Amino acid sequence: MKSFKAQRLFSGFIVNGVLSLICLIWLIPTIGVFVTSFRNSEDIFRSGWWTVFPHREYVKVDEIKLDESIDVNGQITIDGVTATFEEWREGIKMPDGLELKWYGNKRTRLIEVRERRWVGFETRLTLDNYRNVLTGKEIRFKDASGNEIVRKGNDLGGAFLNSIAVTVPSTIIPILIAAFAAYGFAWMTFPGRRFFFTIVVALLVVPLQIALVPILQDYTRLNLNGTFLAIWLAHTGFGLPLAIYLLFNYISQLPRDLLESAFIDGASHFTIFLRLILPLSVPALASFAIFQFLWVWNDYLVALVFLGDQNRVLTSALAAIVGEKGQDWHLLTAGAFISMILPLTVFFSLQRYFVRGLLAGSIKG
Amino acid sequence: METSSPSLIGRWLDWLTTNLGRILISLIVPVVTFFVLWQGFIFLRESQAPKIVIVLVAIVWGVGGAALLYAVSNWLIEQLPQGVRPRLLPFVFVGPALAILAWYLAIPTFRTLIFSLQDANSMRFVGLENYIFAFTDRVMREAFRNNLLWMVFGTSFCVGLGLLIAVLADRSRFESAYKAIIFMPMAISFVGAGVIWKFVYTYKGEGAGISEIGLLNAIVLALGGQSQPWLQQPPWNNFFLIVIMIWLQTGFAMVVISSAIKGIPTDLLEAARVDGANEVQIFFRITIPYIQGTLLTVTTTIVIFSLKLFDIVRVMTGGNNGTNVIANEFYLQRFTYGHAGRASAIAVILLIAVIPIMIYNLRQFRERKAFR
Repeated sequence: MKSFKAQRLFSGFIVNGVLSLICLIWLIPTIGVFVTSFRNSEDIFRSGWWTVFPHREYVKVDEIKLDESIDVNGQITIDGVTATFEEWREGIKMPDGLELKWYGNKRTRLIEVRERRWVGFETRLTLDNYRNVLTGKEIRFKDASGNEIVRKGNDLGGAFLNSIAVTVPSTIIPILIAAFAAYGFAWMTFPGRRFFFTIVVALLVVPLQIALVPILQDYTRLNLNGTFLAIWLAHTGFGLPLAIYLLFNYISQLPRDLLESAFIDGASHFTIFLRLILPLSVPALASFAIFQFLWVWNDYLVALVFLGDQNRVLTSALAAIVGEKGQDWHLLTAGAFISMILPLTVFFSLQRYFVRGLLAGSIKG
Repeated sequence: METSSPSLIGRWLDWLTTNLGRILISLIVPVVTFFVLWQGFIFLRESQAPKIVIVLVAIVWGVGGAALLYAVSNWLIEQLPQGVRPRLLPFVFVGPALAILAWYLAIPTFRTLIFSLQDANSMRFVGLENYIFAFTDRVMREAFRNNLLWMVFGTSFCVGLGLLIAVLADRSRFESAYKAIIFMPMAISFVGAGVIWKFVYTYKGEGAGISEIGLLNAIVLALGGQSQPWLQQPPWNNFFLIVIMIWLQTGFAMVVISSAIKGIPTDLLEAARVDGANEVQIFFRITIPYIQGTLLTVTTTIVIFSLKLFDIVRVMTGGNNGTNVIANEFYLQRFTYGHAGRASAIAVILLIAVIPIMIYNLRQFRERKAFR
């Protein structure tokens, strides 16, 4: 009995160990970006983000000025160690544990004396990156070599608002339309009912690339390109099959007696739908809403094609920073975090509904 | 009112005068509705108002407009005589959805099919030329190869890791915490994930005083290796991109598989344990057969996903250095080179690739007999 217990304890240890390791690997890239977004633009290039945590590193404690008489092009001897300029520039460990490292070019004749010491948490953290990336006005920061750079901001603040203007209607409109349709398919009879629903099921996996070229042609003809209406309708169209399918599954399972008694009381289809079906379907509506919200907020392709540079949303704005100035890590990391705040909040607060939606709709294309 | 001699015209006039108000209102209401919505649209397109105002107006206009359209059309139907009403009402409910589906998915499929047989500007028919290009061009063949890599390695790692984590987490007290962490990337956009991983892979090269700030290169250096430009060396860069997809999608596989594992009856598992089966036997003899259907669903979903994959490649490499994929080539053909014909042909190929799954879905649906 005792060995059985020990075995359980051991296997529990293994299970938690493996899972913790996987979770750590999963989290570290995001933590890196999060930490970096608070470091100032110069430090990001000088050292990895992990150096903000306590660690040991060589710190300058003193400096030596070489005498003018020493020939810097030949072998240089300092404190009994002889090496070339290139080797000194790489840094040389002395017998006493210190490190000597040439500072700058040959003419400086400066040698830094460095000692390996414990360094605590980095305290030079800043919110400037967030401020800079949010504004559309001029911004100033220092690049890797310390030069000051002046540039127009990326206006992620505006992009954030655009994302909201795109996402909220693109989530609610398909839910409204799909709920009406699901009710119609579930509780009304009309010619072609079966046929039309078969089409809805068939459209579930159709890749949206198939629609982009013709729809773009229509939008150009109707002068709709770059408007919110254009992208709402596009997201509605691409989200509808899944929405109708999910809501139909739910609404058609509601008890028949409930509706029949409402009919006997003289209620019309419209009242039954508004007063009875919609309130009863809240769990299903919420599942799809979260699904669609995350999908639209995180979408890049549809926004890129139909919105372009007008009313630019967060994903496009972020991708533009990657493309134009891929090395501005301070802007990129702050921008990435701004784009994640809302979906992560929604996700963690409503995870239960999201999982339910995923389980019901995992066949979406 | 006195109508002493009720002629036909007289009766008709009578009906008209009593119903005139209703008819006029029935005409005015849709016109007013349309006018209000149109004004909203113009405001949104032309306005220079502060962004926050525009955003609020847009949301109210968009959501309210959709609701208003339903209310108005229902009201219109109610103005009609009793006999016609029940026949038209279903189309008020289903009609808008069908119209949008037709405009955005059903009809475009056929239009794209036609475009794919035409030249760059959709002016004249060129037969199968675009398809010949799609299957023979060097870049396209490379894209097909890469998509195959994504499908095989991306999918198998996502499903495998998802299964492993789901099974392990089932035995842990901290199950929900582990699952939330693995699942978290699902809430992050591909562009955001691109930034996160670009930072992991970043490379600065050699030289005095340069320290690598990318995690992967720092680890390699700490282990005594040489730092590498990870995203520039074909074909290995494809695998570094696939890692991103695994990071993003394993959570999905894990959640779906985990809920299937929870559905295995406990008495079945206990009976097996009483009979002396060990955990490995239980896994292969009970768990796997029991969740087979779920594994298949998850696999097909991720295969479809990797087939259409676009954002990761677009943001990370733009398809350069031998990392191109079909969906990125679609984008390049249409929006960079302006060749509608070739882009359409690529889209049709994507569609054909998912048709078996579509047929499977339809068959499943028919078997369920959802319609009484």
